[in-house]
Amino acid sequence: MFNTVFPYLLTGISVGGQYALIAIGYTMVYGILRLINFAHGDVFMVAGIVMVYLNASGIPLWLSIVLTLLITVAIGFSIERIAYKPLRSAPRMSIMISAIGVSYTLQNLVLYITGGLNQFYPKIPFISNSVTIFGASTKMVTLVTPVLTVILVVALVMLINHTKIGMAMRAVSKDFETSQLMGIKINSVISTTFIIGSFLAAVGSMLYFTNYNTVIQTSGAMPGLKAFVAAVFGGIGSIPGAVVGAFVIGICENIIKGLDIILFKAGITTQNLGLATFSDAFTFALLIVILIVKPTGLFGEKTTDKV
Amino acid sequence: MKKILAILMVLCLMLPAFAVAEDMPVVKIGVFEPASGDSGAGGKQEMLGMQYANKIAPTVTIGDTEYKVELVYADNGSSTDKAPTAAAELVNQQVSVVLGSYGSGVSIAGSRNFADAGIPAIGVTCTNPQVTLGNTHYFRICFLDPFQGTVLANYAYKELGAQVAYCLAELGNDYDTGLTYYFQQAFEALGGMVISETFPTGTSDFTSYINNATGYGAGVFFAPCSLAYSTLIVDQAADLNVNFALMGGDTWDSNMVLEAATGTNLNILVSTFYQEGGNPEFDNGFKAWLNEDAEALTNNGGNDIIAAVSVMGYDAYFTALEALKAAGSTDSKAVNTALWNVTLEGVSGKIAFDEIGDAIRDTAYIKSVNTATGAWDFVAVQGVN
Amino acid sequence: MRTKKINSSTLWSALVIALVYVGVFIAEQSLPSTSMLFTVLKKGATYALVAVSMNLLNGFTGLFSLGQAGFMLIGAYTYAILTIPVADRMNVYQYYAGGLVQFAMPVIPALIVAGLVAAVFAFLIGLPVLRLKSDYLAIATLGFAEIIRAIFQWNKLGALTNGSNILREFPTFNDFNIVNAEGEVVVYLSTTIPFLIAGVCIAIIVLLINSTYGRSLRAVKDDEVAAEAMGINLAHHKQLSFCVSSFFAGIGGAMLAMYQSTIQAKAFTSAMTYEILLIVVIGGIGSITGSCLASFLFVACSEWWLRFLDQKQMIGDFEVPLLRNGFRLVVFSIIIMIVVLFFRQGIMGTKELPDLFGRKKNLKREVKA
Repeated sequence: MFNTVFPYLLTGISVGGQYALIAIGYTMVYGILRLINFAHGDVFMVAGIVMVYLNASGIPLWLSIVLTLLITVAIGFSIERIAYKPLRSAPRMSIMISAIGVSYTLQNLVLYITGGLNQFYPKIPFISNSVTIFGASTKMVTLVTPVLTVILVVALVMLINHTKIGMAMRAVSKDFETSQLMGIKINSVISTTFIIGSFLAAVGSMLYFTNYNTVIQTSGAMPGLKAFVAAVFGGIGSIPGAVVGAFVIGICENIIKGLDIILFKAGITTQNLGLATFSDAFTFALLIVILIVKPTGLFGEKTTDKV
Repeated sequence: MKKILAILMVLCLMLPAFAVAEDMPVVKIGVFEPASGDSGAGGKQEMLGMQYANKIAPTVTIGDTEYKVELVYADNGSSTDKAPTAAAELVNQQVSVVLGSYGSGVSIAGSRNFADAGIPAIGVTCTNPQVTLGNTHYFRICFLDPFQGTVLANYAYKELGAQVAYCLAELGNDYDTGLTYYFQQAFEALGGMVISETFPTGTSDFTSYINNATGYGAGVFFAPCSLAYSTLIVDQAADLNVNFALMGGDTWDSNMVLEAATGTNLNILVSTFYQEGGNPEFDNGFKAWLNEDAEALTNNGGNDIIAAVSVMGYDAYFTALEALKAAGSTDSKAVNTALWNVTLEGVSGKIAFDEIGDAIRDTAYIKSVNTATGAWDFVAVQGVN
Repeated sequence: MRTKKINSSTLWSALVIALVYVGVFIAEQSLPSTSMLFTVLKKGATYALVAVSMNLLNGFTGLFSLGQAGFMLIGAYTYAILTIPVADRMNVYQYYAGGLVQFAMPVIPALIVAGLVAAVFAFLIGLPVLRLKSDYLAIATLGFAEIIRAIFQWNKLGALTNGSNILREFPTFNDFNIVNAEGEVVVYLSTTIPFLIAGVCIAIIVLLINSTYGRSLRAVKDDEVAAEAMGINLAHHKQLSFCVSSFFAGIGGAMLAMYQSTIQAKAFTSAMTYEILLIVVIGGIGSITGSCLASFLFVACSEWWLRFLDQKQMIGDFEVPLLRNGFRLVVFSIIIMIVVLFFRQGIMGTKELPDLFGRKKNLKREVKA
């Protein structure tokens, strides 16, 4: 039984870690701006494309990694300045639509640049290697992802709880207007949020695309949506919530993909029910259940965790 | 500021498309192919064949007049919801005949637009029977899924000795679903067991599906899906050290699959329309053209290995020219009537249509990936038996 | 309150609308039927209906729902399943032995059933979901749309839905053309009929908005607490608006099926909902006229006017740079961004057609910027 379930669990944890890195970006932006940043998943995808093109230009791999991180951060920063800042006083719906517009623009730009074809992601040594663990064979990145995710999240929580900018972020998320009156530079706090979010999305994209090795303009849509669901599931605005939510969703969706065979092996069913069809839908079903039972998500009430 | 912006935007929209004046009369052939999306890479390779053919034979004599052949492109985006508009665009351009598409779903989706406008279409590598069944305007020059599925099932059961086959298809892709369905029918008829699963569009994580196949003890993993997915499957199967053979349909016959498989220890088998070396004259000419034209080379995936779909695109173009000649006019309805009797000795074999509009073909090539050299090894010519 | 007396601006508006219909009919008879114009008009009429139905929810009731694609899917499937001729079912349901449904309905009843089924689903979904507020409602409805899509693709329901495979052979817009015995078209109606269907549906929505119910809905939008204090049953009104909107989204989905001539569940993604939301915003949130105009502009730009950007163009010997496949969409998305950022009110703001002819605005409907 363990042998049957284990490979799915392993993939699930890995996928969960990657979702977590994206989900943090959603949750932080929501915490401060009350904005569902629909473009975040596409920033994640653009990070992948940037890496592909940098690597193709022939510069050393470490340099492309560094540049990818920088460029993604710059993109995240500029999106906020160009598309969200002018709308700060507008109704919230306008900003959200602007976010949808940015998402649309990024996808179409990438479609144009790549010609709409899959781009092969460069292999990053070490994390691309194969390993065997408890009889299940997988890529090194599967093991690296959760560890790296946890390290980054701890660092981020430290940043938020123990630094000045972190304090400013917490203040802004508590009360936008009052903190402005208290002399907090709202714009720089928001920019920092977007920078951190984009940085984590870039790291996430490296782990994700190393695993799945092709990038196309729509690559960001589903992971983005799932990460967003993870953020809502965990209680939007809460970083630990987003991480927990991401792992839950990552593991569940992979178990669903293997549910038929698990049930089959356990002798519960005798035929294939095609349950794998519901691997995506299950994520949303989970979301709706949690929203109805506990509308603010798992960790939603603890406002102290809010960014 | 706002007013200037508004005026600028309006001006942009008013920018007229400039028509190029030509001395020679022009006959338009519509190219209904995916240039983007999951099947974009395959569609581009198929278009390469047509473009090369267009370079070889840029004009055609219809009646007594020599016409310049112009290829008109419409990107169906590999998706059935974009296909009708792309088809309408071709209809709007008043093409005489349409070539395409790569992928059965988009062909079916665009079919009605061509039918209503009375324009015939020549399917190039859309293998689902439903494309041509029950209509008089859609033709096809390749073999069909019931044939291909049976061939592959026979090979898997008899040659590979597989007892259990794991089939994986993309949800809502008629090509995948059709081919796995016929494979399953044939494989089960032989006495094997088939597990069939589907994955949603946009999936990039196939490890769970590959684990499923291992769990069921599959001897062969049959996943005749778009190139975008097949390369992922190859890559992830290699990481998981699978011990079953991977099998694909004609979509897998691409240098991108070769690239992904090189250096692994996988056993990959595909069925296809053409084996490189079948027509050296074509091979050499095509390769020389690819190496000359940087854009074409990029569209072929960066090297000059010939994809079978390019050959089919080439043959489709000449089938269209034959039909135009036989019709004696550029009128699409006349071309439609003429197509029924067109025969052609194509690069991929003899082309003639039966009463449904399908090519009469009874052989498929099976090849395997040589993972050491990164080339195709010829395995067998396979009929239904 | 607006006076019931018919004033001149209303008359002018009616005249303009009538002229549009006459214009469409005449154009259809005189221009070649292959023109891209008609493709745009058909798809535009379809999107106009869906956009108006979304506007009813988002613009007039203040419920931010992103489930439109899901309800369109239900409508499209219901229509297709009910109208495929029995003789063709064997071919369409090729893997499911002809399918479960073995009868075919006429088009108009099937359209109404399509709307009803969508509305029933909306009612069931609305029971738990409508209690949620703003963003949470948006994401829950988006989630439901995704779940609906997965259910329709499940191969165990294949006998009904054909699994994830394409549905086709049902009557399309072109089947409205009147043909003579030789199969030649005598009267073209393939564009006029979708205009009529969409027009009737939109007229019903306009009537609803201008009724007592409509005013209550607007009160709910402006201030839920105040509205409740005034004796408006919140749950009841939200549910009503949600079901009506879904009913028309269902009909819109059925029209989309007729336009496309084939349908498949996998096309009804959240991207489709976003597209419709963009149309609503471009037209002006809270303006029916705006939604209609924006639909036609949106479809024309994306499918027709900008097509030349996708092909190489020569001006003399000069090849215009940047033009290749995909450029159209880049330009298009930049235009959308400009509209979203600089023309926040959209084309019409909250104005309607009669307002353009000098109707006095009696209702204070300006959006608080």
